[in-house]
Amino acid sequence: MAVLTEEQVILQDQAKSWVNDASSVTHFRAMRDAGHANGYAPDTWQAVCELGWAGILIPEEYGGSGMDFRTFGVVLEETGRGLTASPLLASGLVGASAILLGGTDAQKKQYLPSIADGSVIATLAVDESSQHDPSMIALAANAVGDGYELSGTKFFVVEGAAADVLVVAARTSGDAADVDGVTLFLVDTAANGVTRTPLSTVDSRGYADITFERVAVGADAVLGTVDNGRGLLEAVLDRGRAGLAAEMLGTGTEAFDRTLEYLKTRVQFDQVIGSFQSLGHRQATHFMNMEFARSCVEAALTAIDQDGEDVAQLCSLAKSQMGEFLHAMTNDMIQMHGGIGMTDEFDAGFFLKRARATEALFGNRAFHKKRYIGFSGI
Amino acid sequence: MTQDVNVFREEAKAWLADSFPTSLKGQLPPGIAGFGAKFTGDWKLWQERLGEKGWSTPTWPAEYGGGGLSPEQAAVLREEMKLAGAINPIGGFGTMMWGPTLLDYGTDEQKQRYLPDIIRGNIHWCQGYSEPGAGSDLASLQSFAEDRGDHFIINGSKIWTSGAKEADWMYGIFRTDKSNKYEGISFITLDMKSPGVEVKPIKLISGNSPFNEVFFTDVVVPKDNLIGEKNKGWAIGKHLLLHERSGIAGEGGGDVNGGGGYSLEDAARDHLGLQDGVLADGGMRERIADNKMFSHAFSLTARRMSAEAAVNGPTPAIGILKLAWAKFNQDREELMIEIMGNRGVGWEGDGFAPQELAHTRAMLRSKANSIEGGSNEVNLNLVAKRVLGLKGY
Repeated sequence: MAVLTEEQVILQDQAKSWVNDASSVTHFRAMRDAGHANGYAPDTWQAVCELGWAGILIPEEYGGSGMDFRTFGVVLEETGRGLTASPLLASGLVGASAILLGGTDAQKKQYLPSIADGSVIATLAVDESSQHDPSMIALAANAVGDGYELSGTKFFVVEGAAADVLVVAARTSGDAADVDGVTLFLVDTAANGVTRTPLSTVDSRGYADITFERVAVGADAVLGTVDNGRGLLEAVLDRGRAGLAAEMLGTGTEAFDRTLEYLKTRVQFDQVIGSFQSLGHRQATHFMNMEFARSCVEAALTAIDQDGEDVAQLCSLAKSQMGEFLHAMTNDMIQMHGGIGMTDEFDAGFFLKRARATEALFGNRAFHKKRYIGFSGI
Repeated sequence: MTQDVNVFREEAKAWLADSFPTSLKGQLPPGIAGFGAKFTGDWKLWQERLGEKGWSTPTWPAEYGGGGLSPEQAAVLREEMKLAGAINPIGGFGTMMWGPTLLDYGTDEQKQRYLPDIIRGNIHWCQGYSEPGAGSDLASLQSFAEDRGDHFIINGSKIWTSGAKEADWMYGIFRTDKSNKYEGISFITLDMKSPGVEVKPIKLISGNSPFNEVFFTDVVVPKDNLIGEKNKGWAIGKHLLLHERSGIAGEGGGDVNGGGGYSLEDAARDHLGLQDGVLADGGMRERIADNKMFSHAFSLTARRMSAEAAVNGPTPAIGILKLAWAKFNQDREELMIEIMGNRGVGWEGDGFAPQELAHTRAMLRSKANSIEGGSNEVNLNLVAKRVLGLKGY
């Protein structure tokens, strides 16, 4: 791990002990078994908010602590280790980033303090098919009077079941594939015409499909500028990708550690199975890929903090490399544990399920590979 | 700290403006001083000035002729040299591995004796490690240095010795006690011009001969050339390999992503063609993406590990960089000739462009990447044992 600042070390210790005491995989299992409709336990989210993490990115003047993405990444890595289910990423990182990057003073004053204290959950609604494809935005936002009417459907909105406010990517002019003509709107989920269909997914978290039927919003609901939202959308998505990759890094590291522990304790043929090269070499290769993924995730978060020119490329690199490691590690976690790994009673399945959901979210490996190579001029 | 770094940046800028010959801006050196090259003209001038300043080895102690810079200052120097288009032409085994090991294990007298010439690139060092019967199981080496009081008499042979044909000196590990495998090895230097030293190049599948066999027949080596204690050389030899592996993480290997030269993108444009600015062959485009992303991740990891090592010291985890480098380079060279199609299998002659011939040979040469400096299998064993703490390796 890169050399951390004193503040980051304090936050890391805090996150480690909280995850250990109050939000471990055992707590996640209890949430899954209890079947919370929003995909998280309310007391978990309350604790996250009391720790102040929903306001990590939000400046002090709006009730947050004004820290950077690299620092947020340290916390997300720990929650990723415990498979913590909460709207922290969707609201405190993605939702907050959208308003921080695109919001007017009035919008910031209206939303940021309540995102920071957790009383409002914000999230991004972008995808319109089974694929993550922000280059295709068809959901219509027609100008009506001083405002707009939104009609269309957004699929697989993360924390969509619980969200209070949505950042909706909509089309104000042109065709679905046009670069121009995209506008972001802030839409209250309680507004007339908003219908949510919660989804039951393998990772037990709170996604929803959301339909908009002539949902009326005022001109003050526009986030950023009309017809010019593409850049803002990409910037918000990249922040989400880097933050999600940090969470995945924690999940992958925990899967690695647990598997390594098993290799050191499980005895067959009178020896620990980790002494077999066919397993030890595979685990050593996972170690290499884990270290590489970590470098990419840390570099992406740092690039965002430094407003580097290569943010987009590094975020695609991070999401893709992280996805590749997590995919292989969770597969081998089950394989190396053998039959016990296949049982619901054992935790390995939770890692596999979380992995597949996060691999797909905000663009899978194929998506980010294409996006990355696109920067190379071929 | 920031203040210091800014002051240093001005110093570095000014020195480069005064000392770096503008004729060399952006030029690759014609070889490496300290690894066979003997420069003339402006390259010779640049080698002398850089070596005199000690900035060929920026972080080495000034008392032995090094730059005496902090890691932060060295990073600034790298940036300023890059901006100036100035490449450090001094390198080889001396700066990468032997010097750092000598700093850790040598006596003050030995450091004074060897380091200044390494820093200036005046002496070409080769490494006597592998033997015909001691490859992956290096400690089974048999070349024997018999203790004759004030000197050793060496008999035996080394193999796969890079650059031995042109080398001035060798450092290596030799058996000094036949009854004890690990505690019977000593770390010794020797002059390659000593009577009884014979070098035979080995021709490889690429047609080139970068490696050699070295034979020793009653070679007399003074006792002063013993580094560390007698029979305690295995630890020094292993420690040096850590530097070998981390050397890959250094300036050269750490910058694979933007290394210049003929890139996979160039080859794809020339041989496969683009449609609307995108490579028409989607399968090949994806494989190029894989290789580029892996090399980008490699660079970021090398940089991160260097920064961490500067604070925490060297770590065996650096072994993953050797594994990764072999994978990256072999994949890249294979992709390169595959992109070139049947132009990728030329051996020699005017029927092929020099570029094409060079890459065919580079592909063949790259097969050694997963063998030399510890094979992939040995490196995986080391990571399993020392980093993961697994038993039985």
